[in-house]
Amino acid sequence: MNPATNSGRALPWALVTPALGWTLLFFVLPFLAMGFSSLTAHDGSGFTLSNYSQFFANPAYWQAMVNSLQVTAIVTLVSVLLAYPFAWILAEQVPERWQRLALMLAVLPFWTSYVVRSYSWLLVLAQNGVINRALTGSGLFTEPVQLANTRLATITGFVHFFVMLLTLTIFANLKQLSPSYRKAAADLGAGPVRTFLHVVLPLTLPGIMVGAFLTFVLCIGDYITPQILGGNNELLMPQLVMMQIGRRGDFPLASALSIILMAVVTVAYLACARRLKIERA
Amino acid sequence: MSINPNNPLSVLKSHLHATYAAAALLLATGSLAQAADLNALIWCDHADPALLQPFEEANGIKVNVKEFEGTGAGMAIVEQSQPGDWDVMVIDSIDIPRGVEKGLFEPLPEDKLPFADLFPQVKMDGSTVAGKRYGITEKFGYNTIGYNKTKVDPADMQSMAALTGDKYKGKIAIYDYYLPVIGIAALAIGKKTAELTEADLPAIKDELLKMKANAKLVGEVTASQTALATGEVDILVGGGEWVTAGLAKENPALDFSIPKEGAVLWSQSLAMFKDSENKELALKFIQYIMSPEGQARLATSSCYWGMPANAKAALSDEQKKILRFDEQPDFLARAQSYPAPNADLDKKMQDVWTEMLQAQ
Repeated sequence: MNPATNSGRALPWALVTPALGWTLLFFVLPFLAMGFSSLTAHDGSGFTLSNYSQFFANPAYWQAMVNSLQVTAIVTLVSVLLAYPFAWILAEQVPERWQRLALMLAVLPFWTSYVVRSYSWLLVLAQNGVINRALTGSGLFTEPVQLANTRLATITGFVHFFVMLLTLTIFANLKQLSPSYRKAAADLGAGPVRTFLHVVLPLTLPGIMVGAFLTFVLCIGDYITPQILGGNNELLMPQLVMMQIGRRGDFPLASALSIILMAVVTVAYLACARRLKIERA
Repeated sequence: MSINPNNPLSVLKSHLHATYAAAALLLATGSLAQAADLNALIWCDHADPALLQPFEEANGIKVNVKEFEGTGAGMAIVEQSQPGDWDVMVIDSIDIPRGVEKGLFEPLPEDKLPFADLFPQVKMDGSTVAGKRYGITEKFGYNTIGYNKTKVDPADMQSMAALTGDKYKGKIAIYDYYLPVIGIAALAIGKKTAELTEADLPAIKDELLKMKANAKLVGEVTASQTALATGEVDILVGGGEWVTAGLAKENPALDFSIPKEGAVLWSQSLAMFKDSENKELALKFIQYIMSPEGQARLATSSCYWGMPANAKAALSDEQKKILRFDEQPDFLARAQSYPAPNADLDKKMQDVWTEMLQAQ
């Protein structure tokens, strides 16, 4: 037995143990507890699959999942479409010495509380809010338009947050891109549009996908924004989960719904990872 | 929480709960108090320093509070805590028997509390368990129609038909709590809230869907209050003095009605934990809250106003006017009890509510 080899093997384990312990304590164990809870009856009468069957049997529950997927897909798409040009302008058009300040300004909304920001949007989008006053004041509309308490309001609140997140990931990706790629493309006769479409965009796709996946995960599990801005005119999955806890304290059903939501996120991850090779990002 | 040692599932669950306890205590309660302090599970109206400070100063202690919303969430905190962690709890009056079933509460000494001074309709004589009182009603009010009297005709607010007619379409918000609003829907179709059964749910659902079709939003406390205060809507289904009274100074146009069909009477109670290690202090706290001064402070708490259960509450004339104190005998006579379904009906009611929320 070689003590040097043993200590060489032990060091990586020692280094990784805190992370493993953290994951075990704050992810694996709670997840197992949630899985166990999801298989128990609310009245404590034993094991049951009824918490899962309720989801599949009740169209209102299904609809919550459909709503969540629709909202998340729209938010992710719109955020990417807005964040990419924003990140590109920051990385390519803003002088290097101003980039730090520009980035700081870009993430300024993160400095305020998430809840406060959502309520602020409610006031902006309200019937007597800034936008409706501008629309009616300019004569474009005679009556205020319903903006607050709609799906549009929920999407607006989400996009405001996630554009910043995506801008950061895409900006980092663009900055890592060597100028040699663009020079080589130009040498070979490609114009700016072609260079962007065939060189820059494919090379920054991993950054986009990482940001998009983060957006998807955070958005589909968010309770605050739809609750404040959506006006409960439709339910998303996190709201449905919270409903089970509030008065009735039905943790088994809430656990089952959470696991179903988690399964959807896992499927989304696998789809992303397989098709777009996130691992290489 | 009761554990059946013969049931492996029960034992396993109890071990799991015990495992959660340490983390839950850290997360939910932060650093729990010294033994001399009072630990209270409360609703937001009890967090007002104007309410707590006089008691703390008089007794030289600190009241450690943990806010929660919904009996289920409150019970979960208790189950994830150690016996003795909590001394008192604010709870929906109708849910006191739930706590008693779980063995959580201590019977209250009737001779040491002002039960005789309570408005008779909120004494909750029906909520006694084996002849004992495990809670005392501290505050009450109505889930009814809250409105802006400069925007709607107050005469229209005397009938629930206004909620489903075309006149106020798009000007209505619905309070997002299924029990009181289901109660209102039941009243609108001529049902008694105390006699609701599963057979009533289809008609109640139809009524709720009609309300939803007229509504701009279905909001929890803050959202619905904001919507009414900012003019986003002019009517709040399920609103009452708890929405309008606290805003009376800034917005005197907000008012509430008890329509001809009636209203749903809500009430909250204070209960003492059986495992409290500070029962004497807990009783003192309950006595303070139920005193005329405590009742006035609780009734006008910065979080939300409500009627004090003690008719001798030391409210000013202006506060009484805002709360429509003198009209209470008539209001109470026309109000019906909060729906108190059994677990099965409760679940079905919540599902009806979910379907209403999802309806487009």
